[in-house]
Amino acid sequence: MGSRRLASLLTLTLVLIAGLTPGATWAQAPIKLGEINSYSGIGAPFTGPYRAGVEMAVEEINAKGGVLGRKLEVVFRDDKGQPAEAVKHAQELVESEKVALIAGTFLSNVGLAVSDWAKQNKTMFVAAESLTEAITWAKGHDHAVRLRPNTYEQGRMLAEKAGKMKYVKWAVIGPNYEYGKRAWETFRDRLKELKPEVQVVGEQWPTLGKIEPGPMVTAILNQNPDALYVSLFGSDWLAFVREAQKRGLFQKTFVVGILLGEPEYIDPLKLEAPEGMLVTGYPWYDINIPAHKDWVARYIKRSDKTPVLGSLIGYITYLSVAEAIKKAGGTDTDKIVAAFKGLKVETPIGSITFRASDGQSTMGAWVGTTKVDAKRGVGIMVNHEYIPGEKVLPSDEEVKKLRPAN
Amino acid sequence: MSFLFIQLLSGVANAMVLFLIASGLTLIFGVTRIVNFAHGSLYMLAAYLTYSLVSALPLGPAGFYVAVPVAAALVALFGGLVEIVLLRRVYRAPELYQLLLTFALVLVVADAVRFVWGADNKTGPEAPGLAGSVRIAGQLFPTYDLAMIAFGPLVALGLWWLFYRTRWGILIRAATQDREMVAALGVDQRRLFTGVFVLGSFLAGLAGALQVPRTALTTVMDTTVIVEAFVVVVIGGMGSVWGALLASLLIGVLSAFGILILPRISIVLIFIVMAVVLIIRPWGLLGRPDVQSRAASGAAGLEAPRVPLPKAWLAGLLGALVVAPLVLPTFYVWLLVEMLAFALFATSLHLLMGTGGMVSFGHAAYFGLGAYGAALLMKSAGLPMPLAFLAAPVLAAAVSVVFGFFSVRLTSIYFAMLTLAFAQIVFAIVHQWYEVTGGDNGLLGVWPPPWLKSPAHYYYWALGAGAAGIALLKVVGGSPFGLTLRAVRDHARRAEAVGVNIRAHQLVAFVVAGFFAGLAGAVFVYLKGSVFPVYVDAPMSVQPLVMVLLGGVGSFAGPAIGAVVYKLLDSVITRYTEYWQVVLGAILILLVTTFPRGIVGVLGWRKP
Repeated sequence: MGSRRLASLLTLTLVLIAGLTPGATWAQAPIKLGEINSYSGIGAPFTGPYRAGVEMAVEEINAKGGVLGRKLEVVFRDDKGQPAEAVKHAQELVESEKVALIAGTFLSNVGLAVSDWAKQNKTMFVAAESLTEAITWAKGHDHAVRLRPNTYEQGRMLAEKAGKMKYVKWAVIGPNYEYGKRAWETFRDRLKELKPEVQVVGEQWPTLGKIEPGPMVTAILNQNPDALYVSLFGSDWLAFVREAQKRGLFQKTFVVGILLGEPEYIDPLKLEAPEGMLVTGYPWYDINIPAHKDWVARYIKRSDKTPVLGSLIGYITYLSVAEAIKKAGGTDTDKIVAAFKGLKVETPIGSITFRASDGQSTMGAWVGTTKVDAKRGVGIMVNHEYIPGEKVLPSDEEVKKLRPAN
Repeated sequence: MSFLFIQLLSGVANAMVLFLIASGLTLIFGVTRIVNFAHGSLYMLAAYLTYSLVSALPLGPAGFYVAVPVAAALVALFGGLVEIVLLRRVYRAPELYQLLLTFALVLVVADAVRFVWGADNKTGPEAPGLAGSVRIAGQLFPTYDLAMIAFGPLVALGLWWLFYRTRWGILIRAATQDREMVAALGVDQRRLFTGVFVLGSFLAGLAGALQVPRTALTTVMDTTVIVEAFVVVVIGGMGSVWGALLASLLIGVLSAFGILILPRISIVLIFIVMAVVLIIRPWGLLGRPDVQSRAASGAAGLEAPRVPLPKAWLAGLLGALVVAPLVLPTFYVWLLVEMLAFALFATSLHLLMGTGGMVSFGHAAYFGLGAYGAALLMKSAGLPMPLAFLAAPVLAAAVSVVFGFFSVRLTSIYFAMLTLAFAQIVFAIVHQWYEVTGGDNGLLGVWPPPWLKSPAHYYYWALGAGAAGIALLKVVGGSPFGLTLRAVRDHARRAEAVGVNIRAHQLVAFVVAGFFAGLAGAVFVYLKGSVFPVYVDAPMSVQPLVMVLLGGVGSFAGPAIGAVVYKLLDSVITRYTEYWQVVLGAILILLVTTFPRGIVGVLGWRKP
């Protein structure tokens, strides 16, 4: 009895080990790309559309014959929102799957962990969504670039607009994470430059994912600010809106929300989306660029869903990767690193450049005001303006001071 | 003034929801002694069911009032089914195995919800008629919150009636106090257990369903609520429904006012409250001291059949480990290092759990302190890596002296929850102390020096540390100290009667376990090159717990085997599906129900 069980246990182990060995290699090898993202856990609501964007880009590129005559193949790995998991996947992707580079990451700390691993192991890392400035500045290095406009840029974009408004007494609510804090600090610092009389009357820092919105809303109301800066997102933001609506916060206070115009965060609110907020976001329904309109149509046709910003980011990330490999003329890491310096990419929203000085792309964001679109049953952005990254990014000299010498 | 009143009302409204969840949890624990990790999953399931039922029922918005009881009833049914089909199979196994089973259920339900309802966050329907707000003391206050404030006491009243006016309720109270006596008096335990499980699940379901208008639906709302629910239950006293009510009010109101004074405190407030309460009142506010089991030990049957591993096997294993990096592809060498770190981590926990009979829910604190210690000593203090590596576990041990001093005064679940509280306090500190720890962005660039950088070299380093650590733990477990510790575990009173200083022995075990967990953390941090607050967070404490149980708590080799199998399963499954949780959960359920003594228990062919 015991020995039979032992045998079955051994078999299980063997099967598991067999499951770990990579598949056979192809004769005409495709270019393999490693993609690490939080497909489960706290990032899960946002990475599904991102993945759809990635797959769409790769399908389109392959349909046109691939890159340098080779097809692209993306190997997806789920980091579960854990930096240590992401590093394990990075090791596996590079050493077992022999990927040409690693891309992806949604959470800032996961992005930083992979970036640091890439630096140590001389692997190219293309950060897609991770927002922390540290990836391209304080912890920046040659082997990391990032597509999405970072916290600093988006905070500045909002401050430029808010600085022209009449509001003097400000309060803030954000998750007690680096993102929440930095999103506020960059906004506040620029706002005070533009409007020195600004005062901060209150701060609320709920735990990410565990907000108790009722008491927080009352606390903010009691501080009686003219305007409120919000860096909440995801479920915290949804729960906050309900309580804020019921307790009359939005009637009394002007709201500035970083990222909150992105379909990721405004769509789940449906008709409850607060109107009149100043936000950064992605008004895909109202962008008058033919290439973008065409892209939206293709996306909807392919996935039967309307796009969110993550879809576009996923798509452009892999367009950029393909361009870089083309420019490098192969998959040699040093050449890809060099190729990304000043790499220009034609995207559905126009051309962007990965800056040679810090690897930050010049992709921008839309700044506008929220309104409820009763016909579609969701909140939208109106009076929006696209602000390209160049307008808010620090100059090459300033960046040099921000980045460690290496 | 009116502002403070509104704040109080907000706190009380939150407290009522907490009470609903916690009352079910405390009931289940009180009667069945099951630490039900899946209670939060039932809550989440009910919320999603309500969301779907409202749109499926042909009643329009009013469907909400039908959906709530139906969802709660469905969840109660599910809870009953789980008890009958799964939990009953493991009542005879050591109590802890039920915990492993409920953990597996958490995984399965989480993925099932993600599969059925999708991963995106949702805002649920409002409660018609209660969707607006009323003006109280000049401020707007949600009507629904007022309804919750009224509903909570109603539920409490209903429970009071049940417990004091029905025969079934009296049996439940009796079983909470002394279930052996109740069994001896001829009460059918199985029915009682199933009944309590159904009732507890119903309360969890009610809480989830009623929360729909107040919160967003997310696929992680289960884990968010479960820890808080446990805290409330423990502060109130396990098994005490009134304690749960009192503790909910305490937590709800303190949180509402705490954020006014210290906006950043929300992350750790409830754990500080719990630690203070437990240090002052070791059985919670309204709990009672555990009835001393009549059997020789609460941990009876823990000592699994000993597997006489032939010396040749051990030598063979060591030999295989030594040649491994020469034949394995690089990635597997890294994977082996990770397994070594976790084998050591789990084995260190085993000294507490297995040998000491003390289940810790906060062992990640020492793992994390080892990792942070190694990182900070190298990056900030500028120590050379080998010195930082050796000093890190000392730091973990030093902190465990303090935490252990308070923790070993408590027993069973209270001990477990106090260790969790301490771990969460460490978590909050590393999370918020940006200047030193880098906050949630962690510390980067914690790599070994060039001479250790190659996979094979670091592997041998880790193998040296891991093997030495495990061997030393083996020596400690088999020493006169270890044997005395076992005696304390099996019968504290008898041990005390023969002159053993119980607390001193438990404290030493706590510190030794902390030291080796810290060593495991140091091994891990140089493998990953970075350290983050998640290394200290609750899921990191659950991992070694699961590994110990999976491998077999009764044998020394169990935890290490459990660690290897768990990591292997995890690595394989996540590669093939993003629904890794359901596969892992199903395998764990299968293993627990088939081999209720863990993997090593399977290998023990000695007849009982």
